[in-house]
Amino acid sequence: MNDPQTGAIELLTFRLAQQEYALNIMCVREIRGWTQATPLPHAPNYMKGVINLRGTVLPVMDLGHRLNLPEQSETERNVIIVVKYGETMMGLLVDAVSDIVQLTSDDLQPPPEAVTSAAESVVQSLTLIDERMIRVLDLSATIDIPESTAA
Amino acid sequence: MSIDNDPMAEIRASYFVECEELLEALQDGLQSIEDGADDVETINVVFRAVHSIKGGAGAFGLDALVRFAHRYETVLDEVRSDRLEIGPRTLKVFFQAADHLSDLVRASRDDAPLPEAETGALLAALDEFLGDAKEPEEEIDFQPMGMSLDLGLEDEEAVPAAEVPDLDDLPPPPPMEPSPTAGIWQIHFAPTAELFETGNEAAILLRNLGELGKMQVTCNLAGLPPLAQLQPEIPHLSWDITLETEAHGREIASIFEFVEGQCLLEIIAWEGTDNGGDVSRAPAESKPAPEVPPSLARAEKPAEAAQPVEEATASAPAAVSGDKGGTARANKQATAAAKSVVRVDLDRIERLVNLVGELVINQAMLSQSLERSGLSSHSDAMNELEEFQRLTRDIQDSVMMIRAQPVKSLFQRMARIVREASSAVGKDVRLQTSGEATEVDKTVIERLADPLTHMIRNAVDHGLESLEDRLVAGKPEQGRITLTAAHRSGRVVIEVSDDGAGINRPKVRQIAVDKGLIPADANLSDSEIDNLLFLPGFSTVSVVSDLSGRGVGMDVVRTAIQALGGRISITSTPGKGTLFSISLPLTLAVLDGMVIEVAGETLVLPLNLVVETLTLDDREVEMVRPGSHVIEVRSGFVPLFDLGAALGYRPPLEKFDNTVVLLIAHEDGSQTGLAIDNILDQRQVVIKGLDDSFYRAPGIAAATILGDGQIALILDPSDIIQSAVRATPRTVTKDEIGVPA
Repeated sequence: MNDPQTGAIELLTFRLAQQEYALNIMCVREIRGWTQATPLPHAPNYMKGVINLRGTVLPVMDLGHRLNLPEQSETERNVIIVVKYGETMMGLLVDAVSDIVQLTSDDLQPPPEAVTSAAESVVQSLTLIDERMIRVLDLSATIDIPESTAA
Repeated sequence: MSIDNDPMAEIRASYFVECEELLEALQDGLQSIEDGADDVETINVVFRAVHSIKGGAGAFGLDALVRFAHRYETVLDEVRSDRLEIGPRTLKVFFQAADHLSDLVRASRDDAPLPEAETGALLAALDEFLGDAKEPEEEIDFQPMGMSLDLGLEDEEAVPAAEVPDLDDLPPPPPMEPSPTAGIWQIHFAPTAELFETGNEAAILLRNLGELGKMQVTCNLAGLPPLAQLQPEIPHLSWDITLETEAHGREIASIFEFVEGQCLLEIIAWEGTDNGGDVSRAPAESKPAPEVPPSLARAEKPAEAAQPVEEATASAPAAVSGDKGGTARANKQATAAAKSVVRVDLDRIERLVNLVGELVINQAMLSQSLERSGLSSHSDAMNELEEFQRLTRDIQDSVMMIRAQPVKSLFQRMARIVREASSAVGKDVRLQTSGEATEVDKTVIERLADPLTHMIRNAVDHGLESLEDRLVAGKPEQGRITLTAAHRSGRVVIEVSDDGAGINRPKVRQIAVDKGLIPADANLSDSEIDNLLFLPGFSTVSVVSDLSGRGVGMDVVRTAIQALGGRISITSTPGKGTLFSISLPLTLAVLDGMVIEVAGETLVLPLNLVVETLTLDDREVEMVRPGSHVIEVRSGFVPLFDLGAALGYRPPLEKFDNTVVLLIAHEDGSQTGLAIDNILDQRQVVIKGLDDSFYRAPGIAAATILGDGQIALILDPSDIIQSAVRATPRTVTKDEIGVPA
């Protein structure tokens, strides 16, 4: 629940290359087990392809690739987080989903300015849960909708 | 009458839908007058269209619309009564007035602010034609009239449907001249409550009457109380019908056979009409008839009521466009005998289309699982499955037909764009259209309007030369823009061409160099230069304004066309003109596909593009240069593309022995061979749009879901080949030119 009054935020946390990431749960539609994606020709390496989500064609992005994280072997526990951004739906392939946590906006800190790597520029804020650092992703920066669609 | 009232809002909406049809008939009529038709009927069609719009507008208190339509109608009436000659100037104003009328209709519909300045200007222009014959103002204040609604309206509680009453159109002796055998009958028909209680329907009676001959119906609304006091159970309407028919009085009376005693009926023969001795000429006479058992009357009803429904909605466009040339009777009386039409919310059709899509996928899954279960192909289940497949296909075709619409409405909009654009730049331009009856998916038509408008404006503004230049070039003063639509090899091809100066290639090239889109020393062919126009960043308004070529946002046009699964190409001949050709898929929903396998991936190719399949022998393949091969097909050479390599699925094939090759036909008639691994199946697939906001894959038109639930990509072979050609490393710039936005 995102309550502007109390500043309460609910996050879905997940693992990518032994690191903890999180997304605001309001943009998450569902979580699916990994299914083989149909690759798109000449696609950038982070575009995993498309999968059948109950009759709609869902593009899937390999979030690890997108954030330039070290390659992980595909395992049974890999899942696709289906997110909705604006009118578009997209699947994000992650290593495993960990938890749903409730925080207030006070718990979130902006990332240090010096950090400018590709992985960190999509990180909206940082937070600590049980001594683990969680990187909260900025969804729009993560899926980075190209300009051409506005034409 | 309050507009906010709910039933009224519905009737109001229905009036505006009808207005669209009337406006179309109006445009049609004016167009055929421009094309040389000068018969009375065409002018009548135009007049009646304006008149009917005015009639409805009066009922809804749309004063501005009424005032304008009235003046327009008055001028048209001058033409009708031969007091005003139609010339180029008159026609121009008539077209402008028609355009303005449609603006007013739309503004009234959307409660948008009315373009009053234009109204004033056009009223003044219309007044000029009236001269002394100007009418006194108070005539505008006429009684609201019933408007014409679908006769199929069965809800008796609604205000009964009335045919458009051409009240002031009806001179005391009817204007119709009886054909030698025909007689003219004056019928007065006033139903009582009993008529409706026994399940009869006035509209059906009137429709049956209309089948006997030419009919003019006037609805008498004098007895209609204000809406608040309206008692739905009590009929308030009566009709006066003038019928020109060869039928005898007996036949006319027989139509009312089942409602005898339930209505007030007078059937009078006009002077000189052979009444067959059955019906008196006396006006007061109401022919008593044998009592009909109510059960029989009721039994008759379903059969009659079923009639309007069986004409599917698919016939809607046909019925609308049936008034070709304006010679057909466009008045609503005539539609009583014509096909009936059901108006359906587009959302419902969308849902149906989607459901049919799911049905097709489901059927494919079923057939796969039946095959897996090892049933013999002669078993009952398999036979029935085949029947099921045939039915599915029929359903699909029918559903698609519902969505198909003729491009005519789109072309009419373009005619207006030409008129407006040409007067804005001071050029004399004539738009020629052909193939207006070509049917295209409704969504395609809607989404085509913007790019086409853009192209037409471009053609007027940049394609055609100025008057002086035309004269110097020895061309007629009047520029010509041609807009055509046609079905060609399973696609719709829409072409926009002009007879202007063609593309100024040196200038286009210079601009591209100046803007840094190509290096100054790039070596480009003519068609590559032409295609520079589609480059994003090539065209900005400031550049084009001093450019005698074209290019306002052509990249936007191309993006829009590509989003529809279409392609756009450009052909230009210096001094002769430019042709833009848009090729679009017929429907956005279903495709006959060939399922193929390439490098372990399953792909679908539109079946209509596949001309032939071959299995290659290495000797049939010739290498032109490394990475480029041709095959010999019936003593001709066809370029060969390795699909797996073109899609980046695998390195290029070294040997083509035993490779399966599909010969693909292109729109320009040329052929290309595509090397693939295997043909798996031929089947209908449901097209699922690919969300290309993240990434648009070259050569991929859409996707589909196969029977096993996996997604297969649908290929656009022409696009693959184009990108493959671009990708061949000749110059780096070529690569950049083709990359879509």
